[in-house]
Amino acid sequence: MVNILLYDGTYEGLFSVFFDCYKEKYAPVSIQKERNYQPAMFDHSTFIPTELVKSDRVMKGLRKKLSSTAFSNLTKAFFSEFEDIEMTIYEYVQLVFNNKMNIEKDYRQSSVLRISQVTKKVNREIHRMHAFVRFQKTTDNIYAATIRPDFDVIPFIGSHFKERYADQLWMIYDTKRDYGLFYDLTRLDIIRLENPEWEGNKKIKRTLYSNNEIEFQTMWKNYFRATSISERKNMKLHLQHMPRKYWHYLPEKQMV
Amino acid sequence: MKSDLSEKLKILADAAKYDVSCASSGSNRKNKGKGLGNATGMGICHSYTEDGRCVSLLKILLTNHCIYDCAYCVSRKSNDIKRVAFTVQEVVALTINFYRRNYIEGLFLSSGIFKNADYTNERLIRIAKKLRNEENFHGYIHLKIIPGASAEVMKEAGLYADRLSVNLEIPSERSLKHIAPEKNHKSVYEPMNWLKEQIIENREDRKKHRSAPVFSPAGQSTQMIIGASPEADCEILSIAASLYDKQGLKRVYYSGYIPVSSDDRLPAVTSVPLIRENRLYQADWLFRFYGFAMDEIVNKTHPNLDLEIDPKLGYALRHLELFPVDVNTAPYEMILRVPGIGVKTAGMIIQSRRYGKVRFEDIKKMGAAMKRARYFITAPNYSLPLSTDQPSSIRHQIVYQGKKAQLSLF
Ligand code: SF4
Repeated sequence: MVNILLYDGTYEGLFSVFFDCYKEKYAPVSIQKERNYQPAMFDHSTFIPTELVKSDRVMKGLRKKLSSTAFSNLTKAFFSEFEDIEMTIYEYVQLVFNNKMNIEKDYRQSSVLRISQVTKKVNREIHRMHAFVRFQKTTDNIYAATIRPDFDVIPFIGSHFKERYADQLWMIYDTKRDYGLFYDLTRLDIIRLENPEWEGNKKIKRTLYSNNEIEFQTMWKNYFRATSISERKNMKLHLQHMPRKYWHYLPEKQMV
Repeated sequence: MKSDLSEKLKILADAAKYDVSCASSGSNRKNKGKGLGNATGMGICHSYTEDGRCVSLLKILLTNHCIYDCAYCVSRKSNDIKRVAFTVQEVVALTINFYRRNYIEGLFLSSGIFKNADYTNERLIRIAKKLRNEENFHGYIHLKIIPGASAEVMKEAGLYADRLSVNLEIPSERSLKHIAPEKNHKSVYEPMNWLKEQIIENREDRKKHRSAPVFSPAGQSTQMIIGASPEADCEILSIAASLYDKQGLKRVYYSGYIPVSSDDRLPAVTSVPLIRENRLYQADWLFRFYGFAMDEIVNKTHPNLDLEIDPKLGYALRHLELFPVDVNTAPYEMILRVPGIGVKTAGMIIQSRRYGKVRFEDIKKMGAAMKRARYFITAPNYSLPLSTDQPSSIRHQIVYQGKKAQLSLF
């Protein structure tokens, strides 16, 4: 009996798995990305290829039974890359199809609650990227930033920056997953750099900085310091809002 | 020249930091025609100071020169400090360059008073105008209007700014007279009332013609300094309630007084009243989002907020006759009044119970603070902890447990 299903790691791939589960009556105990899979003793695994016809069918059925918010939350939860996320989405989808009523607000169900909690986490990371991305202006007039978010949020942050920085060239690059966004004043593209050269902790090289880049970073640091009120100092609160793992993006938290 | 700008920035940011408001929310300014920036409804905190406050805007004074002598203020005339002023172009360049690097949501500009109110306000407006018209900037602009501004000046300010504020600073007129002799409440309330009319009128106009220009779309806010004068919490909160109701304010900020001078018009304090400030914000939230009336939170018999417990718990302990609340049948308004249950959890409970009974464990998983909530609810197969008929014993258990938990951390 097949108990482990493998797929290529894409969202469409996962939905192709769901299609086969229904058709072949699989009852998986685990669904995993093929590249992460490590075989164990009693595993009976099979790889299910992505077929858009299949994934589209399942997605279409799902859209009919869910609000558009619930549907897009499911997508966001998927990009959390949590280990249990495939099975959680699987249970959620089963719940949807096995009920006449729309179940998306029944938080008593563990998969519904889990999806809502994971979505909240992903949304928070998206929000933090909106907040903590710091552009450095380069000699070729590109405002460039590197990030390494906990979740794969690149697909969700482009529109915000595109609307806000419509009149400047910019790039945001996820150095953990090695891909990013580039905006050329008209189009927003997903890019992968060939042999990118970084500095230190995968940051933009200083030699690429435009003339007054350092000057503005320094002024920002000074501003940040001046606007703190020492009589109210509360590092616990500070760290709660701005956990250490984000500091490496932020000029105001660099010593030099 | 550059080190000079850096020096000015330090001084004028330092002098502006006592205005605690840094919100950039409530405006929805679209980026039209490929300009720079927009204002998203909820606003973004781009950084946090070491005291844990949100840094959303470049918050600076245009100058710290001032002809007034308000005792609570670092920029007061009698204080012996270095005086500097930005040029219009300097503020514009700083704003744009910080904004393009994603450091800020926009500008919060205020100023000491040179010459008179309108002369100062005109300078502030010139900067906002330049940002909008010459730099095609659609980010957030908050202008702090100097009390006593004339109608024409405010009218212009509202065209370029997302939010305007006039600060009350000292809650009552009698204290204000004492601490800031040149000021009076009339000069604050008059512009506030005028702004309110304008904002309402503008909304009506925009319903009729979508093309009518927006006027201060994120409304107005104000700040009161807490602890520099003797007002009780019930006086402060009833002023706040009336500012929300009568002047239609979006936000009232409470700023614990920070001893900036040893002026003998002020009480000799050594620490900032942070807990009291926090309790005032909690009370303010109960008023705005939880359907509480101010006199349910503080009143003649309880003029001050309890520093040891939050005001919602305080209310519940004074009204044990209303509890426990059955989470499966009680109306939303009543579930909101349960200590430990917030707006979000209350919403989830209401949604979920349409599918079947909500259990104690469900509520816990949804994120309620059970440490407090468990004394005030009923649910299937759940019974209240023993000896919960006495407010004092519930209070003791909650406060004592909290302390025990804190101790065990060390
Ligand atoms: S008018 Fe404003 S800047 Fe001048 S002393 Fe009073 S509070 Fe300070």
